Amino acid sequence: MLAQAFGPNSIAHHLEVTDWEGALSKAVALLEADLRVTSEYLAEVLASNQKLGPYFVVAPGIAIAHAAPGASVLETGMALLRLEVPVISGSSNDPVRLVFAICAVDSDSHVELLASFAQVMSAEGNMNRLLNEPDLTIIRNLLTT
Amino acid sequence: MKIYAVCGAGIGTSVLLKSNADRVLAAMGVEAEVQAVSIADAMSAESLAQIVLITPELQEQIKGIRSEVIPIDNIFNLEEIEQKLTAALS
Repeated sequence: MLAQAFGPNSIAHHLEVTDWEGALSKAVALLEADLRVTSEYLAEVLASNQKLGPYFVVAPGIAIAHAAPGASVLETGMALLRLEVPVISGSSNDPVRLVFAICAVDSDSHVELLASFAQVMSAEGNMNRLLNEPDLTIIRNLLTT
Repeated sequence: MKIYAVCGAGIGTSVLLKSNADRVLAAMGVEAEVQAVSIADAMSAESLAQIVLITPELQEQIKGIRSEVIPIDNIFNLEEIEQKLTAALS
């Protein structure tokens, strides 16, 4: 299930120094590259970030960017941007090194997907492995197998 | 017992939080219904949840809710979730 959610372009590095909103933009762009969302989705993610603050940062160093299901979501999907230079979001879990982006076509169909994702992320040692692993192939395997 | 896992849209963080809370509660042997909901739904719900799980950044948004609010700093840390739920339920 996770293997389907992460499309071919969905896991990437970002080498340039950037800011928090720039990191969100690049992560959501990965979903767009895999035709999971239209360009409007980014505006929705940024609006949510502006309205509610850096609540996407849900664990030390890890953010999960998303907006509500809607017309801008073409297919449920996930993406991961690894920042070579961590950014500051304003959260107590700063600095942020991994930015996941999630999009869902409705509020139910991705629940099992996220349950699998939660299981991978909560498994002993996996979070540290992900935070420190530079090899994207190893990261993909860790997330999807 | 009803527990809400709350996030902005009710589809991302809250679903992850619910999933981990379900596993922790099952391991603790506690029977509870955990629902992933948006802030708006949590605030307007007719039936009150005993406990609300939320990330610290959003706490301000549910100010005044008549449930016990438990902020979770790391939603992937099952130990943190278990410790805080145990304290709340004891």
